[in-house]
Amino acid sequence: MMAMNLEIKVCMGTGGMAAGGEGVLKAFEAELKHNGLEAGFGKCSSGKVGCRGFCARDVLVDVIVDGQKTTYQYIKPEMVSRIVKEHIMEGRPVAEWEVKEDYHIFHDKQIKVVLHDCGEIDPEDIGAYIERGGYEAAKKVLSELGPADVIELVKKSGLRGRGGAGFPTGVKWEAARKSPGDVKYIICNADEGDPGAFMDRSVIEGNPHSVIEGMIIAAYSVGASNGYVYIRAEYPLAVERLRIALDAARQKNLLGKNILGSGLDFDIKVKLGAGAFVCGEETALIASIEGERGMPRAKPPFPVASGLWGKPTVINNVETLANIPCIIRKGAEWFASLGTEKSRGTKVFALTGKVKNTGLIEIPMGIPLRDIVFEIGGGIENGKKYKAVQTGGPSGGCIPEDCLDVKIDYESLMQLGAIVGSGGMIVLDEDDCMVNVARYFLNFTQSESCGKCVPCRVGTKRLLEILDRITKGEGREGDIELLEKLSQDIKLTSLCGLGQTAPNPVLSTLKYFRHEYEAHIRDRKCPAKACRALITFSISEALCKGCGACMRACPAGAITGEKKQPHKLNQALCIKCGSCFDVCKFKAVVKE
Amino acid sequence: MPETALTEAEIEKLEGICAKYAGQKGSVIAVLQELESSFGYVAEKAVNFVADKMEMPRSHFYGVATFYAQFHFKPRGRNIITACSGTACHVKGSDRLIDNMVREFGLPEGEDTSADMRFTLEKVNCVGACSIAPVIIINKEVHGKMTTDKLNKEIKKLKGGQ
Repeated sequence: MMAMNLEIKVCMGTGGMAAGGEGVLKAFEAELKHNGLEAGFGKCSSGKVGCRGFCARDVLVDVIVDGQKTTYQYIKPEMVSRIVKEHIMEGRPVAEWEVKEDYHIFHDKQIKVVLHDCGEIDPEDIGAYIERGGYEAAKKVLSELGPADVIELVKKSGLRGRGGAGFPTGVKWEAARKSPGDVKYIICNADEGDPGAFMDRSVIEGNPHSVIEGMIIAAYSVGASNGYVYIRAEYPLAVERLRIALDAARQKNLLGKNILGSGLDFDIKVKLGAGAFVCGEETALIASIEGERGMPRAKPPFPVASGLWGKPTVINNVETLANIPCIIRKGAEWFASLGTEKSRGTKVFALTGKVKNTGLIEIPMGIPLRDIVFEIGGGIENGKKYKAVQTGGPSGGCIPEDCLDVKIDYESLMQLGAIVGSGGMIVLDEDDCMVNVARYFLNFTQSESCGKCVPCRVGTKRLLEILDRITKGEGREGDIELLEKLSQDIKLTSLCGLGQTAPNPVLSTLKYFRHEYEAHIRDRKCPAKACRALITFSISEALCKGCGACMRACPAGAITGEKKQPHKLNQALCIKCGSCFDVCKFKAVVKE
Repeated sequence: MPETALTEAEIEKLEGICAKYAGQKGSVIAVLQELESSFGYVAEKAVNFVADKMEMPRSHFYGVATFYAQFHFKPRGRNIITACSGTACHVKGSDRLIDNMVREFGLPEGEDTSADMRFTLEKVNCVGACSIAPVIIINKEVHGKMTTDKLNKEIKKLKGGQ
């Protein structure tokens, strides 16, 4: 045995686990043991790591022999024995299972700050984080810097809140520090509610200590002795890893009384959210931690003056806090050198939808959207045509093809009627109906509206009813104008951010895809052929080979026919699900 | 369906929960979460017992419980299937998977649990696994890139299992 050191890293974020990461790791452990390899190396380890970003290729495995890293994709347990035999024992990596050029293109344009250690370290091992410089920033702050110095540094870095609103973090800390009171709180907002966003989950699953370290630094700067992480109960793996990390930090006196002899007392509690989107709003989140219905209240007073239990409270998003240790370690100037003038640093996005390479990406602010979709994302899947990118979830908007060169930063997206938001980026193609997309989001905000203020409670309901009608082919002249008028009213008069931004998906699709609305209303047609009430399926006799695939796929029993004879579709039974259309290899199913 | 009275074991459990949270500020949600996990749903008899014991209005507990999606007020099926309806899953066809399951489980109109209590189908906003959309969670196990075919196989397994 020539090699001295062997390291195997198996992706076990939620994506990796779903693809079978646990089985792959067990297979490696068993194979190493079976072949008696553990003893043959100076250092031999196989372990789990958090999300590596490219979830579409899971299970991703790194095999590192004496510092030489080979990354494998789509690994299943049954493939492990060959990797162990050929690569580890005989020194010949299994080339056909290695990642290809596109894997590198996916990573080339990214700059990993927040995700730097995600996918590299075992998130359940505090030692792995410390080995890579973890908690050095906290130590430096506690031993060398005053609270005001830290705040100055964070202000200088230009870091803005990554939860969506983009408020300068240092300014928020300063306001809380100056608020009178002995008891203050730091809350980490991990209630990642935007559908289509999963960066906070991935950061906590992949590197929970970076968030804890950020909270310690925030607590010191603000003068807080109690912290909370408010996290969605829908993220069981993140909750588990966070709890493990908190225990480990307590054991090392990084949390608790007199942290590292600095005199700072600070500890963190975990609060599980109970499934309400509105709790991402600061004041609603506070009400929820207090054990009440998560309903927002009017601001001011802002939480920095009067927050949890009426005390000064800083609420920062997961990604914001995870940036803090990097800023302290590498300096405000370094952070400010990334990104654009008003949007400093990097931002993590969840790139999903109809794009070839889906996953978690971290990019410097200011790169064009086109690069994200067509280079990092590899373009639209199945050779379809790009239609739009939806950013910012239910509060955001759609970016059409004409605007693909927009630079990704807070201000530029705002100008287009979209937002950076928490970082969801859903790519839509020609098959997606934009009226239906707007209806989808209004359905979401309408059901998540807390009901406290009338414009949001009633207004979103009326918007949804109109959109419902339009997608069913029952639109009326004047509907578009009514949507616009109502949207403006809701934006101007709602109490909190949920209502104030709920009409954005409607306004943004109306702005760029008005013709689709008009086609639904005037011609009773859905140009994308997506709205079920406006399409019909039929089978072309000339093209049908009678293979029976559609008949087997049809859940409604609407298709009949003999083998090798053209099949027939009974319109009266058809539920327009499109299953036949998808399975037909001969393009014999016609959608009109 | 009227609920049966609390058993002795249940009473003991509830008293434990009350003791654990007695005097703690803002513990209503945590108490409800304990009830949900012990009973599988927020049982009326349990809420009433706990509220009385903790000397808080029952309405306070119901007010909070009805606000959050996580709490259920009816017993749920033996198999719990969670369909993600997040944006990425939506554009990748989650609706079709959901329609398919409604038919397969024979769910009555407006209900999410089958009459024989074998299946509960719940929709959630987003499970945050968007890069492997559409996602279906079957008894806590996450299944990504789901298709009607794959789903039907899984359902067959569940149906055969009992």
